[in-house]
Amino acid sequence: MRDMTFPANKSAQQTAPALRMRDVRLSLGGRHVLDSLNLCIDTHGVTALMGPNGTGKTQALRLMHGLIRPTAGTVTWNDTPAEAKTSTQALVFQKPVLLRRSVAANIDFVLKARRGDRSRRDALLDHVGLLDKARQPARALSGGEAQRLALARALALDPQVLLLDEPTASLDPGSVLAIERIITQAAHQGVKVILVTHDVGQARRLADDVVFLHRGRVAEHSPAHQFFPRPQSAVARDFINGRIVV
Amino acid sequence: MQDFGDAFGLAFGLVLNPSADLIEIVGLSLRVSLSACLLACLIGLPLGALLAITRFPGRGAALVVVNALMGLPPVVVGLLVYLALSRAGPLGFLGLLYTPTAMIVAQTILIAPIVAALSRQVLETLHDEYAEQFRSLCLTRWQIMQALLWDGRMALITVALAGFGRAVAEVGAVMIVGGNIDHLTRVMTTAIALETSKGELALALALGLVLMIIALGVNALVQGLRMRGAAQEVAHA
Amino acid sequence: MKLTKLTLAALLATAPMYALADESIIVQSTTSTANSGLYDYLLPIFTEATDITVNVVAVGTGQAIKNAANCDGDVLLVHAKPAEEKFVADGGGTTRTDLMYNDFIIVGPADDPAGVAGMTDVEPAMATIAEQGALFASRGDDSGTHKKEVALWKAAGVDTASGSGDWYRETGSGMGATLNAGLGMGAYVMTDRATWINFGNKQDYQIAVQGDEAMFNQYGVIPVNPEKCPSVNVEAAQTFNDWLISDEGQEAIAAYMVDGQQLFFPNAPEQGS
Repeated sequence: MRDMTFPANKSAQQTAPALRMRDVRLSLGGRHVLDSLNLCIDTHGVTALMGPNGTGKTQALRLMHGLIRPTAGTVTWNDTPAEAKTSTQALVFQKPVLLRRSVAANIDFVLKARRGDRSRRDALLDHVGLLDKARQPARALSGGEAQRLALARALALDPQVLLLDEPTASLDPGSVLAIERIITQAAHQGVKVILVTHDVGQARRLADDVVFLHRGRVAEHSPAHQFFPRPQSAVARDFINGRIVV
Repeated sequence: MQDFGDAFGLAFGLVLNPSADLIEIVGLSLRVSLSACLLACLIGLPLGALLAITRFPGRGAALVVVNALMGLPPVVVGLLVYLALSRAGPLGFLGLLYTPTAMIVAQTILIAPIVAALSRQVLETLHDEYAEQFRSLCLTRWQIMQALLWDGRMALITVALAGFGRAVAEVGAVMIVGGNIDHLTRVMTTAIALETSKGELALALALGLVLMIIALGVNALVQGLRMRGAAQEVAHA
Repeated sequence: MKLTKLTLAALLATAPMYALADESIIVQSTTSTANSGLYDYLLPIFTEATDITVNVVAVGTGQAIKNAANCDGDVLLVHAKPAEEKFVADGGGTTRTDLMYNDFIIVGPADDPAGVAGMTDVEPAMATIAEQGALFASRGDDSGTHKKEVALWKAAGVDTASGSGDWYRETGSGMGATLNAGLGMGAYVMTDRATWINFGNKQDYQIAVQGDEAMFNQYGVIPVNPEKCPSVNVEAAQTFNDWLISDEGQEAIAAYMVDGQQLFFPNAPEQGS
């Protein structure tokens, strides 16, 4: 895998807009998944979204991407509603949804759909280490390979913001390392990364700031260099120390 | 009944040593029904895809209608097409009645709803899986339809075969709009009906067996292509 | 899309084969005539002489007349004189000419349940069948044969309506299908001789009643009226009509034999030279 081989994308080098969520409430099936959520995320670097299971991290990510709308409150990027910014972002789902085609055709599909430069495909595949598997059916890839392909497809969109939902859950260490390198490189190129993760070690390695969600609210939001040594909230402290938090 | 024994003997004789007339009839059957199947796919697949991905008021009613049209009686379709293409009808000036084109039109009308309804079902299941990813990619409706049709191609081949099977086996519509004219519009099913009416039951049954062998051959061919396609995808590793 | 182009190419490639040849006509005729094999014998001779292709649509007489009235044919060749004359009177056709006749017969199972085998007078034979309540399968489809049969029942003084569904079974289908059905249930069937001689599924059936002049079956030929139907191929239709009633056509009709039997007896009026 080579570093920085895909052509630098211009849009990402522009300043990514800041995310603001105000008094967000999200009810699904009568249950308040998120409630009174207030959050402001900076334009740069990697933000880790952490918290115990069922605390609404994935739904928060979908709100940020504009896939769903809040029951109450607003989600904006530089004062633009999130649903109008979907096309400038990319979201990689926890279980990547790959088309029933070859690895290469999965990249071709988004490049064609977005009228992107079709010749970037090989560079993108090389960047995620899948060039030698270009002709294989995407559905036959291993879990780690599928995640890398989904990442390459996301990068093909030239996103200003990259939203990742547990990109390395239940993957082998080699795959985790490869994926983390891709994420770091994207961030270095100016792409804003928001990452849902359970892995405290991963958050330590990648994150510039950490948002800790608990029971549908922001329990804590602080820079990584503060969060890990001196967490402000009791739940975050317990979580970092490996205690069970519900 | 010795008709069965006679029929099998006759059928194998016909297959092994087909007469020029039989080849012409089989050729016309295939040409008419394959053309109708292609046209029905061109109409039915996009329609099925559109119904699979769009939500609009009255969609439930539209699905009921399309599903009900799957049961269109061939005779009724034949009658409607006859009335339209008859010299006294609105499209009579085209002079299409009693031509293979009229038969293709009738069979297309007969099987397009089948292709639309079955493909809608196949593609809706596929779309449930892809929908959120597609929304994330901000795809247009047209792009989504194209993607679904391509990714569902294996299942859609079976849908097309179902349509072809119905077309090649029906007699009611082609009899009325084709007229069963020798050397012009006579196909397998109308030939079978004719031989039955002449009391040549063994010959009629033999022709029926030939029709089944053809249907079997088409299905085997498509299955072979599918397996080759699947094998190629893996072989490119 | 590649698929679309392919389809269009396939359709275009086959399109010329779909067009009817320039000199061709459509004859609306009856299933019984077509099933007799007469056209298979006659038409090649005509085409040889004139280079005109004749396409035969074989349906019931009622439907044939209706199709011709819709201008979906160039010549009408059926056997139901009153209906034919009405068709001409309504402006559907130009002229009606007697062409030929064959005869109807009544066939029945070998054990002859009504005891009519060998009779040559059709009226008492039919009255007997009705009295005995022996099964009788009728076309019931408003065809020329059916119309003839209805007229014969009437002459025999039998009311078939009261026996309908009991001993009198109306199949509502063509001659061949009615014969198949009649044989299946052991019923008497009235059929034209030509269809019967050609019929391949006779089983133990035999001719029970034949020879009555009342059972003669007159055919007529009518060119469709171009004034009403501009799409008609006037010249070719007239050529076919004239050839059929010419000496040459009449001789060809008389020469058609199946199993050594002449099926149709030409009786067109003598043509002035």
